[in-house]
Amino acid sequence: MSIQTPLSGAQLDLVADHEHHHDAASTTILGFWIYLMSDCILFAALFTGFAVLRGSTAGGPGAKDLFDLSYVAIETALLLVSSFTYGMAMINAEKGRRNAVLVWLGFTFLCGLGFMGMELHEFGELIERGAGPDRSAFLSSFFTLVGTHGLHVTAGMIWMVTLVGHVLRRGLTEANVTRLACLSLFWHFLDIVWIGVFTTVYLLGVA
Amino acid sequence: MDLSNTHTMVPANDHGHGHGHGGHGDVRSYVIGFVLAVVLTALPFGLVMSGALAHDMVAPVCMAFAAVQIVVHLVYFLHMNSQSARTWNGAAMAFTVIILLILVVGTLWVMVHMNMNMMPGMTPGE
Repeated sequence: MSIQTPLSGAQLDLVADHEHHHDAASTTILGFWIYLMSDCILFAALFTGFAVLRGSTAGGPGAKDLFDLSYVAIETALLLVSSFTYGMAMINAEKGRRNAVLVWLGFTFLCGLGFMGMELHEFGELIERGAGPDRSAFLSSFFTLVGTHGLHVTAGMIWMVTLVGHVLRRGLTEANVTRLACLSLFWHFLDIVWIGVFTTVYLLGVA
Repeated sequence: MDLSNTHTMVPANDHGHGHGHGGHGDVRSYVIGFVLAVVLTALPFGLVMSGALAHDMVAPVCMAFAAVQIVVHLVYFLHMNSQSARTWNGAAMAFTVIILLILVVGTLWVMVHMNMNMMPGMTPGE
């Protein structure tokens, strides 16, 4: 084999180097995937807590009195579009198109910002109406579940800004593409969690 | 650039590199996934907002739409496929789903029965 396709020393180094980086990247991504799976269990616990407590309104307002589905539909749309735009950023990252990556990440960040703005506005209104997390077990579990998702989205946005800095400074190096791939998993994962939120919290709550 | 080679290189083997990497995605798969996700979101929202569904049908129908949409996201955004099941990512996910089912189904089962055993007037939401 090595006799049939002789490689120079430099080429062998290159191959070894390439394999090494390749393995490091896939190991990193597997590790991040395992973190996401543990995060799944965290959210499952919060969803379960909400499911158990959703009827415990302590005489206070329930989901029907509080939630506006058309508002939630816009939030959902923002998050879904941001998942798509992040996918576009990832495709361009793999092709080494730095500027396109930055533009798509910018769109993604703006969608995330819009989502968080709407969510905080909703939280603020609820608290103002006396339907804060201290009102009932239902509202405590609602704020915990939706707030934890919101914290994750905020963390993803901070991470995104950091990665834009990395890409601006060093370009689309292999390490940066691996980082972008990890954030893409995180971002798509948050969109999946949101499917659970809008279904169990909002749709089932209001119906 | 050298790295573009690394990340578009999709070897025929399946040594754990596979899915969840973003490496298999093309614009087409994201567009298909996006369109499916929009439809699968709009339908349950429309059904609930228009009140077209009977009350006791809302939960099963919405849950079914959510389950299908989660699969769509996994396939078209996270690029999971039948090969993924044979990798460590797939194994980790299968394990997570088992834990998740035990956690969710087990808790709801126990708590619903506890509520049924409560004295009248003590049940939450009554």
